[in-house]
Amino acid sequence: MLDFDILFPSLLNGLTTGAVYALVALGLTLIYGVLHIINFAHGASLMLALYGVYLLNTRLGWDPYLALPLMVAGMFAMGYALQRVVINRASHGKDENILLVTLGLAIVMENLALLAFSADTRSIDTPYTLRTVPIGPAMIALPKLIAFGGALAVAGSLLWIVKRTDLGRAIRAVAKEKQGAKLMGIDVEHVYAMSFGIGLACLGAAACFLLPAYYVNPQVGSGFVLVAFTIVVLGGMGSFSGALLGGLLIGVVESIGGLLLGDSLGQVGIYLIFIAVLLLRPQGLFGDRA
Amino acid sequence: MKNRRTFIQHSAAAASTLAFPLIGGAQPAAVKIGVLHPVTGALAFSGQQCREGALMAIEDINKAGGLKALGGARIEAMLGDAQSQPQVGAAEIEKMNEAGVASVLGAFASAICLATTQAAAKYNLPHVVDIGVADQIVQRGLKNTFRFGPGYGVCAQIAMVNLHVLNSVAGKPAKTVMIIHEESLFGTGTANLLTRELPGFGFEVKEVIKHANPTRDFNNIVLRMKALNPDIVIPANYYNEYALLVRTMQQQKVQPKAIYSVLGGAASSFKFLKEFPDAANGIIDCNHWFNPKDKRAVDLRKRVEAKNLFFTYEIFNTYTAMMFLADAINRAKSTDRAAITAALAGSSFSDHFMPYGPTKMVDGQNTGAQPLMTQVLGGDIKVIIPRDYRQAEPMFPLKS
Repeated sequence: MLDFDILFPSLLNGLTTGAVYALVALGLTLIYGVLHIINFAHGASLMLALYGVYLLNTRLGWDPYLALPLMVAGMFAMGYALQRVVINRASHGKDENILLVTLGLAIVMENLALLAFSADTRSIDTPYTLRTVPIGPAMIALPKLIAFGGALAVAGSLLWIVKRTDLGRAIRAVAKEKQGAKLMGIDVEHVYAMSFGIGLACLGAAACFLLPAYYVNPQVGSGFVLVAFTIVVLGGMGSFSGALLGGLLIGVVESIGGLLLGDSLGQVGIYLIFIAVLLLRPQGLFGDRA
Repeated sequence: MKNRRTFIQHSAAAASTLAFPLIGGAQPAAVKIGVLHPVTGALAFSGQQCREGALMAIEDINKAGGLKALGGARIEAMLGDAQSQPQVGAAEIEKMNEAGVASVLGAFASAICLATTQAAAKYNLPHVVDIGVADQIVQRGLKNTFRFGPGYGVCAQIAMVNLHVLNSVAGKPAKTVMIIHEESLFGTGTANLLTRELPGFGFEVKEVIKHANPTRDFNNIVLRMKALNPDIVIPANYYNEYALLVRTMQQQKVQPKAIYSVLGGAASSFKFLKEFPDAANGIIDCNHWFNPKDKRAVDLRKRVEAKNLFFTYEIFNTYTAMMFLADAINRAKSTDRAAITAALAGSSFSDHFMPYGPTKMVDGQNTGAQPLMTQVLGGDIKVIIPRDYRQAEPMFPLKS
C-alpha cells in the first residue's frame, strides 16, 4: 500500500486538487484580511461562477480556459457591486451584520440556482476531459494539471498585485490601519469593494479550472467553502502564502487520507490537522501572533 | 352552458374519432397511469431512459387499440419526477393518488422504489416496479407491489455460479476479487450478498469499496486497486460512476483478469460501448437483457435508435413492465385498484421479448425472471450465458 508507485500518483493528485482549493481560499483570505469579514457567500459565488462557465460552454461553445478572462472580469464586477451596493449598505459598519448579510446572500444565490437550473448535477465534456499525462509512474488527468499550473499562476499574480502595485499597498494599508489609511487619502470604500471584487475574481478563475474535470450543482459550493475556511485558518487568517501552502497541504492530506482510509474517511485527516493547529498554533501556520 | 358543454363533448368525440380512426364510436375514458422516475438529479439519465420506455409502451398499446377489455380505452401517462430522492418519489405518489391514477409504474432506483411502493401501499394503489433490484422491495409483505424483472439476489447468485464455472473451465486463473459499489440500497445490498457468498465459490474478497453518487474522481479507488492487484473487479453502481471508474482504470492502466459486473450500470450499455469502445471491451455483465433472438426486441431497438437514443436496460425493462401492467388491467376488465392488484398477482403474462420463464408472481416477485450474462466482444454486446440465448463464446480471462 505504501508503495511509491501508488503514493506518488496520489500525492500529485492531491497537489492538483489542493491548488484549486488554494485559489478558493486565497479569495476568502483576501476578503477576511481587508474587510475582516467572513464571507459565507464564497461557496455560493463559486457555484455561480461554475454555472457561468457551464453556460458559456454549452450555449456558446466557449472552451472553459478561453472563458477565463471574461469570468474573472465578470466575477470581479459582481463582487465590486455586491460589496458597494448590498453588503456595505446593509451592514451599517457592524461585523455581525456583515456575517448575516453574506449568509443571506448565499441562501438567495443557492435557491436562485435551484430555480434556474434545478438540482441536476451537470458537467461539460471537452476533448481533453479524459486525457492523461504520464509523470513518472503517475498518470495525471490533463485538466487537473492545467488547473494546478493555472491556480499557481493566478496566486502568483495576486501576490504581485498585493506586494507591488499601488492598489496592493492601499489594500495592505486598509487591512492594517483603516483610520490611518483614510487620513493618507486612500478611498477606503473603494478598496473594500476592490478587495471583495478580487476575492470573487479568484473564484471566476477557479471555476474555469475546475469545471473540465468536475461538475456543478446548486450545492457544489458548500463542499469547497468548508475546506477553504479550514485552509484559511490553517494558513493564518489573512495570510496569502499561508492560504497557498495550506491549500496544497489540505489537498495532499485529503488524497492520501482517501487512499489509506477509503473514500468516505479521507477527509478525517484534514480536520485532525485543523484541530491540532488550533490547539498548538492558533494563529495558523503563517499567521502573525495576535 | 349546457349547450356549450354538449358541443365541446361532441367536438372532443369527433376529434378523437378522427385522430384514432381504428377506434369507432364514443371513446371510453382514458385510464390514467402514474409514470414515476428520477428524471432529474444524479440518476437523470437512467430516469429519462425509463420514462422513454414507458411512454413507448403506452404509445404502442394505444396505437394497437388501447385497453381492449375496457372498450379500447387509451392509457394516459401522468408523469412524475422523483428528482433522484426517495422522499420526493413518495411525495409524487401522493400527487398521483390525488389525481386518481389506476396504477403506478416506477421508480428505477431501489431506494426510491422502497419509498414509492410503501407510499402507494397506503392507498392500495398497485405499483409495478420497473427496475428496483433490491429484494427488500418485495419482501415487506406489501400487497400492492409487483416486480416483473429479477432482483439482485437472483442476479448475484447467477453471476457467482457462472463466474465459478467460467473460472473452473479456464483452469482457475482468478482467485481474488475487489468489489466497488455505490452507497445506496442497490449497490450496498449487492455488495453484501457477493461478499458473503463469494468465498464459498473459492474467491477471496480482498476489498469492498463504497463510493458516493455522484463521484467525480476515482483516482484513489483505482490506485488502491493497483496496490491490491485483484484478479477480478466487480463494480455494482449506476451509469455515470461505472463509466468513470472504468475510464479511470484505463487511464491508470489497471487491467484485471476480468471486469465482471453484477448489474453494472454501464457494463452492458450501448451508450458506454459507443462512447468508450476501448474501455468497454471485454467487460462481462450479469444484467437485465432481452432475448436477442426475439424479433420484437430487435424491432424495438431499431425504433429506439431511430430516436437517437440508446437501447439500454432501462428502456426495455420499463417497456416490458408497462406491457405487463396493461395486460393485467385488461384481465381485470376494470380500473378498480383491487381488481388490478388481483390481476397482477395472478398474472401469466407471456407476450413479451424478455428471456424469462413462465410468469408466476410469488409475494410480488416474478419467479420466472432471470438476468443474462453478456460480454462486450468485437465492438458489440453479446449474450454468452445461458446457452439457449448464446450469441458468442465467453472470453475469460481477458487476454490483455
